[in-house]
Amino acid sequence: MSLIEAPSFKRDLDAPKLNRTQPILTMHGISHRFGDVRALQDVDVTVYAGEVLGIVGESGSGKSTLLRMMNLEEKPDQGDYRLAIPGATANLFALDRFARRMLRARHIGIVYQNPHLGLLMRNSSSGNVAERLLISGERRFSALRSRGRQALDASEFPTERMDAPPIELSGGMQQRVQLAKAIALEPALLLLDEPTTGLDVSVQALVLDTLKRLQRERAITMVLVSHDLGVIRTMADRVMVMRKGRVVEEGLADQIFQDPQHPYTQSLVHAKL
Amino acid sequence: MKKLSQLTLPSQLMSYGFLDPSAKRELRRKLLKAIAIPGCQIPYASREVPMARGWGTGGLQVTLTLLNSSSVVKVIDQGADDGVNAASIRRFLAKVSGARETTDTCKATIIQSRHRVPEEIMREDQILVLQVPEPEPLRPVEHHISAARQMHADANYARLWLILYEQMVRTGRIMQATEYPSLVNGRYVMSPSPIPRWDVPKLHMARHLTLLSAGREKRLYAVPPFTRVEPLAFSDVPYRVEDHAHLTCSRSGLKGFFMNEIPKDDGGSHFELSDSGFCEKTLRRAAGEDVSIGATWYRNGVMS
Amino acid sequence: MSDPVLEVENLAKHFDIHHLQQRVFAFSGVGFRLFPGQFLLLRGSNGVGKSTLLRTLYRSYVPKGGHIWFDAAEGRIDLATAADVDVAALRRRDIGFVTQFLIARPRVAAEELVAEPLRLAGWPKAQALDEAHRWLDEFGVKRELWRAYPTTFSGGEQQKINLARALVLPQRLLLLDEPTASLDAGARRALIRRLGALKLQGVAMIGVFHHKEDIAELIDMELTLTVKEMADVAE
Repeated sequence: MSLIEAPSFKRDLDAPKLNRTQPILTMHGISHRFGDVRALQDVDVTVYAGEVLGIVGESGSGKSTLLRMMNLEEKPDQGDYRLAIPGATANLFALDRFARRMLRARHIGIVYQNPHLGLLMRNSSSGNVAERLLISGERRFSALRSRGRQALDASEFPTERMDAPPIELSGGMQQRVQLAKAIALEPALLLLDEPTTGLDVSVQALVLDTLKRLQRERAITMVLVSHDLGVIRTMADRVMVMRKGRVVEEGLADQIFQDPQHPYTQSLVHAKL
Repeated sequence: MKKLSQLTLPSQLMSYGFLDPSAKRELRRKLLKAIAIPGCQIPYASREVPMARGWGTGGLQVTLTLLNSSSVVKVIDQGADDGVNAASIRRFLAKVSGARETTDTCKATIIQSRHRVPEEIMREDQILVLQVPEPEPLRPVEHHISAARQMHADANYARLWLILYEQMVRTGRIMQATEYPSLVNGRYVMSPSPIPRWDVPKLHMARHLTLLSAGREKRLYAVPPFTRVEPLAFSDVPYRVEDHAHLTCSRSGLKGFFMNEIPKDDGGSHFELSDSGFCEKTLRRAAGEDVSIGATWYRNGVMS
Repeated sequence: MSDPVLEVENLAKHFDIHHLQQRVFAFSGVGFRLFPGQFLLLRGSNGVGKSTLLRTLYRSYVPKGGHIWFDAAEGRIDLATAADVDVAALRRRDIGFVTQFLIARPRVAAEELVAEPLRLAGWPKAQALDEAHRWLDEFGVKRELWRAYPTTFSGGEQQKINLARALVLPQRLLLLDEPTASLDAGARRALIRRLGALKLQGVAMIGVFHHKEDIAELIDMELTLTVKEMADVAE
């Protein structure tokens, strides 16, 4: 007999809210299978303007799959995805490939753990940023230079090295190039997939600091996926804990770390602290 | 007993125009499709012709399909009518179709060309067939053919612009010499075959039909008459053709056309018109012959 | 009289420790009303749950029963059940929490840390920095430290910056968890002056203080927590 019971978690989407809070991103009822594996089961996500939502969970929890879906790289078997951006009123998963690509290019930025996924390693760093601007239709060379320089500068990349190819740069610098590329078009949503995993601790702190600064100065809405609770704790306003394709707990970051409710969250937090 | 020849149809050594009728039918269909979707690469079943792949088999098949006995063919190789390759193809075309041969751009009805567009303005009743080694402009940035097709479908040409960006960053100017990627009819980017930058503007809103065909890669595409062909260029870095406007042809004395550089023994060089047919006509007129020379696309080195 | 800023009804808190299959009781049946400008002192012996109550009110801890009615501009909202995003919004705007610990961030200067709440509230940069300087000065942080990164400061200096940051904006409700610990006498006086001024501006406060005599003149009410049960509110 158990003295206490494990809480079941399901977001109450109709909970009363202050009328000024509007979600940027709403995902509802996302379910997906890879063969026999249930990668995601009935996941709901809401991200509000200007906040950082952290998603934690071990490998295989479905957090990266969810992020790929937010980036419209993948479609779930079921579910609804909406972004509060001009002209996008329908379920984004129902859009055709071209519309999804344009939407992704214009309104969603992403930083991958592996810079090879996000960067052309042999093009110049500024060229990597310029590619984003070119997709949006920028055709002035001088503007490509200046806007590229601005984005790199905002990512605290040393602009005197802006024409060096990423392959010649350190891991931390490569992440800054990815970040510059991601924010070049001032996206409505910035997705971060383990952005500092694999970096030295000191470099990691600097990259996180840059992200914090950007968040503070530009109020960019971010979704941060990491298995590193320290990273989540530094960055996130709210935290979503995932396990085996389900959301087991969601709450304010300080609440998740100071008073975790779910047994899994408790073990996760205690293992790390 | 009947003879064998009485039982069979009269035999021929080969089909008219060399290609078998079904091959020509397929090519005509694909040509129509290419004309209907300007700049879009249309795959076709490239046949064997008595020439090695990569020597202009694509252009040859298109020309063979279009030929009839009233055609007048001109074949140029790097601007010259008298190269071995050009001469052999021209003779072959005449032999299998009964078409007449010419080196005069104005008199030809079909011009098959490798790497040049003639200097004299072509007319509505003329067809330019360009031999293409590599039809895919996206090849340098995307070697997966399926991915490249998707990029064409999405009109996703940012990576091509990026090539130009990188050239500007590294050298301060556009280094792309030939196969300059060009947007056709505002939709598809094509590789205009290895013609120099000098020749690309000639395709823009031209009166003639241009057909481009790659035999080895088995794809063809077209620029119909009066169709926009815009070389990719940054709005603040204008498209520039080769700096040949001030060069003078040492044979004809003409100035303001695309030249070949001929090295001299003393280490210097002199220049000759690349378009040999045009040069020939100029020389003959200077010698007093009654030769009609057409209007040219460039006048005093400036595109008119 | 105006509406209470905070109306706590029957608030309960316990912790479930799943791997031990154990429930740790904190408090239950806590209730009080707090009006603008009122100061409530939490009393009780060590470990009785004073800080726990403050954190539960701030929603760092999840309430297990009862209501925390907060009088927001949009109407009364129950912090015990409000959506996370709303709690976050109210924290930015209306509810402050002062602890003895500074969350210093690498490469963020002291003045920026203090100016940040103002910037978030929409102040222009120059004005926000001026205001930040005023409060750093008030709390006795030396001018040459304003541009430095507080990560390397001593505990006392960090605490001053922490207080300046927490008190720079008058909020509607201030939760104070032993803010005077590790402060020197000058900074302590500055803190009490500031709290007095905020009280006059109508800021309601709930505090845990080690030395009651420091803030004797501010106290309107006391709430004594006892083990297992809460006590009455003494006015």
